[in-house]
Amino acid sequence: MNKLIALTGDQAAAEAMRQIEPDVVAAYPITPQTEIVMNFSQFVADGRVKTEMISVESEHSAMSACVGAAAAGARAMTATSANGLALMWEIVYIAASTRLPIVMPTVNRALSAPINIHCDHSDTMGARDSGWLQVYCENAQEVYESIIAAVRIAEHKDIQLPIMVCQDGFITSHAVEGLKIFDDKKVKAFIGEYKPRFSLLDIDNPVTVGPLDLQDYYFEHKRQQSEAMKNALTIIPGVLGEFNKEFKRDYGLLEAYRLDDAEIAVVVMSSTAGTAKVVVDDLRTKGLKAGLLRPRFFRPFPKNEIVKQLGGIKAVGVLDRSESFSTQGGPLFIDIRSAFYESNKKPLINNYIFGLGGRDIGTEDIEGVFEDLIKAVKDNKVRKIVNYLGVR
Amino acid sequence: MSETEKKGWKQIPIGGLIARPGTAKEYKTGDWRTFKPVRNEPKCINCLICWAYCPDSCIMVKDGKMLGFNYDYCKGCGICASVCPVKCITMEKG
Repeated sequence: MNKLIALTGDQAAAEAMRQIEPDVVAAYPITPQTEIVMNFSQFVADGRVKTEMISVESEHSAMSACVGAAAAGARAMTATSANGLALMWEIVYIAASTRLPIVMPTVNRALSAPINIHCDHSDTMGARDSGWLQVYCENAQEVYESIIAAVRIAEHKDIQLPIMVCQDGFITSHAVEGLKIFDDKKVKAFIGEYKPRFSLLDIDNPVTVGPLDLQDYYFEHKRQQSEAMKNALTIIPGVLGEFNKEFKRDYGLLEAYRLDDAEIAVVVMSSTAGTAKVVVDDLRTKGLKAGLLRPRFFRPFPKNEIVKQLGGIKAVGVLDRSESFSTQGGPLFIDIRSAFYESNKKPLINNYIFGLGGRDIGTEDIEGVFEDLIKAVKDNKVRKIVNYLGVR
Repeated sequence: MSETEKKGWKQIPIGGLIARPGTAKEYKTGDWRTFKPVRNEPKCINCLICWAYCPDSCIMVKDGKMLGFNYDYCKGCGICASVCPVKCITMEKG
C-alpha cells in the first residue's frame, strides 16, 4: 500500500534516500538543500538506515568523499545547491569522468553574485557539460520517484554515469505536498543490490583509479563518455518503463501536455511547467490550441523526441530559467533550436529567459508568451528571438 | 609505441581504470626522448660517474664496467654527458 503523507521537496528527497539506504552519504548543508541533509542525518541518528554519514567541511570534500566511496565499491550519494555545486566543481567532473554512478539530489538556486538564495537553474546549467546526467522535476512527488529511478539509471552497466536530480529551490524544496510513498521493500527490490564494476577494497583484483592520462588515451576516455550519454538516451526509457510498471507511473524522457493537436506551445522545465499547464488549460477552454512540452532529462538531450513533439507546432516559446550569456538565449533554447537545423518541419521559435534569482513567474507572464506566439503565427515571423520575461 | 599499436576507445576499460597492477613496467618512457647519449667507448675510463648521476638508472654496468645505455627508459636528459670527466658521451638526435 502506498502511504499518503505531507512532505516538502527536500523531505521527499531525504525519504527517497532513506529507502535507497546508500552505503555512504557525504554532504554539507547549503540553502535550500539543507533540509535534505538535516532529515537524512536524523534517519542515520535514529538508526533507521545503516548508511555511513560523513559530515564534511565543504562541498569539495563532499564530492571527494563520494568519489572515494564509489571507487571503493559503495553506493554513494550527496546533495547540494548553487554555490555548493560550484565549490565541488573540480570533483564533479572527476566523478563523471571516472564513471562513478553517484546520485545527487540538487536543489536549484541562483549562483552569486549578487548573493541570492532563490531558484534559478544557473547552478546545474553550469554543470551541463560536466558529463553528469540531469533530470529536472516538476514537483516533490517527481523528485521522490526520480531519485529512486536515478539509482538504476546511473548504475546501468552501459551508462555508469553520475546523475543530478534537480528540483526548484524553495518552490519545490520547501512547499508541502501530499506525497504517495512506496513500500520500503518495493523500493529496495526495484533498485536491487549494487554491483560495482570494480572496488578498491577488492585486494584480489587490484586496480588503479584516476591515473595520469595524457595525449595518448585521454581522448579515448572522453569518447567513451559520449557513448555512455548516447546509450543513456535508449536505456533511460527502458528503466523508466520498468519503474512505471512497478509503481504505476508514466515517466519518460519528457512530458508532452495537450500537445497532440497544438498549434502553439511553450517548452519549460521543472516547477514552472505546473504554472504553464494552468495557462494551457485556460487557453484550451477559450478554444486556442495551446500545449506544453516539459523536457525531464536535459542530459542526455532527447533531441529526437523533442523534434518529433514540436515539429508540427506552428510557434514555440522556450522558457529558460538561466542565462547562457552567449547573447543567443538560454541553454535549453540553444539546444532545441539547434535540434531543428536539419528538420524540414520546424516551428517558429523564440526564447524567454525568466525567473532569475527566484523572480516570481505567474500565469499572466505565460499568457503573455502565448500572446506573442499567436502574433508570431499570424505574422509568420518571430518578433524577437531572445526575450526577458518579468524583468523591469 | 606506434599509433597503430595503441588501443581504441572500445578496447580499454572505461573511466581511465587500470584493471591490473604492474603495468608501469610495460611503459617504455624512452619514447619521450629527443636526444640520446652515445658513448665513444675507447675514451671511457669506467669511472661510473654517469652511473651515479643518471636519474633513471639507465647506465648499464657489469663487473665495474660501463656497458652502455638502457634506451627503453633513457629520456635523454644529458646529465651523463655533462658529468663525464673525459667527455666520452655525446648527445645525438634520436
